[in-house]
Amino acid sequence: MNPFTRFLFELQGVTDLFVRVVRGLTKKPRYFDEIIRQLDLIGVGSAGIVILTGFFTGGVLILQAYPTLQYYGAQSNAGQGVATSLIRELGPVLSALMVAGRVGSAISAELGSMVVSQQIEAMRALGTSPARKLVTPRLVALIIALPLLTVAADLFGLIGGGLVANLVYGLDTTVYVTSVRVGVSINDLLGGIFKPVVFGFIIGIVSCHKGLSTTGGTVGVGRSTTSAVVVSSVWVIIVDFFLSKILQQFFTGTMF
Amino acid sequence: MTPESSYNLNGNSTPAIEFRDVYLAFDDQVILEGVNFSVKRGETKLVLGGSGTGKSTVIKLILGLLRPDAGSVIVDGEDLSDFDDEDLRRIRKKIGMVFQEGALFDSLSVYENVAYRLTEEKVPADEIEHEVRRMLQFVDLEDAIDKMPAELSGGMRRRVGIARALVGNPSIVLFDEPTAGLDPPTARTICELAIKLRDLEEVSSIFVTHEMNNLEYLSSEYAIVDNNGNVHFEEDGEFLCMLNTGALMLKDGEIIFDGSDRALLAADDPYIRRFIRGK
Repeated sequence: MNPFTRFLFELQGVTDLFVRVVRGLTKKPRYFDEIIRQLDLIGVGSAGIVILTGFFTGGVLILQAYPTLQYYGAQSNAGQGVATSLIRELGPVLSALMVAGRVGSAISAELGSMVVSQQIEAMRALGTSPARKLVTPRLVALIIALPLLTVAADLFGLIGGGLVANLVYGLDTTVYVTSVRVGVSINDLLGGIFKPVVFGFIIGIVSCHKGLSTTGGTVGVGRSTTSAVVVSSVWVIIVDFFLSKILQQFFTGTMF
Repeated sequence: MTPESSYNLNGNSTPAIEFRDVYLAFDDQVILEGVNFSVKRGETKLVLGGSGTGKSTVIKLILGLLRPDAGSVIVDGEDLSDFDDEDLRRIRKKIGMVFQEGALFDSLSVYENVAYRLTEEKVPADEIEHEVRRMLQFVDLEDAIDKMPAELSGGMRRRVGIARALVGNPSIVLFDEPTAGLDPPTARTICELAIKLRDLEEVSSIFVTHEMNNLEYLSSEYAIVDNNGNVHFEEDGEFLCMLNTGALMLKDGEIIFDGSDRALLAADDPYIRRFIRGK
């Protein structure tokens, strides 16, 4: 099968799954308990690595940018530099990539093993829709959790940046905070929270689809786990570009 | 007319399961080619055949997990062809399915596994507990109630799988190679459960297997309850033919045999003879 045909088939699978999930949301039973459980696993469980990633990313941004800013005598704008790049781009994208690695892989491995050990078939035989019981809670949890995780990453990134600016380059904290407050607009914040909503959806639907379409035993589980992480990461990065462009035009009011 | 075809347990003439000219292929690989058969109410049909002959496919068609390319699958008098997810869910409630390796949910305990169907239907907790205990007693595994599937042996897992399938008193039970890979005494226990279901609960079932001793047990013994409520298995006498057990053999997606076990053992077909004797 050529790559394009395969892509179309995958797209069909993902769309079909999405339709089932949406239909599942409109009808009973809705699995609220399961959503809460997944929020705990996905959201609370990923908080540590996402915060750590944000913190050090903020730090390294200042570490690298400060000398250049100093060269132009613009070191008082250091906070703005970190804040805009973190909130607009790095926060959402890096959090999404970390979550894709940690949660996307776990989801597709779990669903994939359930497929190969016939648990998914057993579930259907017992009259439950796997899309409703397994996919919907994970997808909803990801869409709720990822923006929250991103905000945490942004916040800790700013703290990391401030610490490095202060401790390594001796920049006054008040100057840093003022620069952050002046530099960040409401549009940056809205865009920075909207992006992870989309990324959460991408990671969730891709990982669930990859997991549920596992074939070929335990080897197949490995394969679908790998491709869940790779495919969702790549899509996050591609979609991020177009989303940035769209948001830019939306906020500046110059659509095309 | 053979005695089997006129035999009817409940006096209801619609078969529990009926296949009418069913065709199924995946890409260019043909799985079933014009399969016709029926399972009467209260009857146990053993589906025999080598690996890859479409035995498990038959079961998936009955559950509506797969749809035939042509022909119709009729369960309890209802044709599944045009059924949507909601209708299929309704049909699946009448059917209990026992999977090859049990297919228990790893993340749930034995209790939760057996209770699954009732929990999903939001049945009150005390009723669930009563039903789960009753089913675990039936498969003689009440002690394992709080264990996780990973702690169970292969045979125990399958018995839990049977208990889970029987919750809600389905009128049809499907077994997919329930004894494959088990030691003979454990395999025997599984067959006894199937016999009990057939003779004491009047369940119609399909028993997919490739092990000949399963056929021997199921077609030569029957279960009775004595005055003390204990279950006994009695050997079928020389002249008493088991009327509620039939065998069906598949080869390359076609039915090459459908009849009683005696007719099967007497068959001339070289494939059947090889299958029975292993040479």
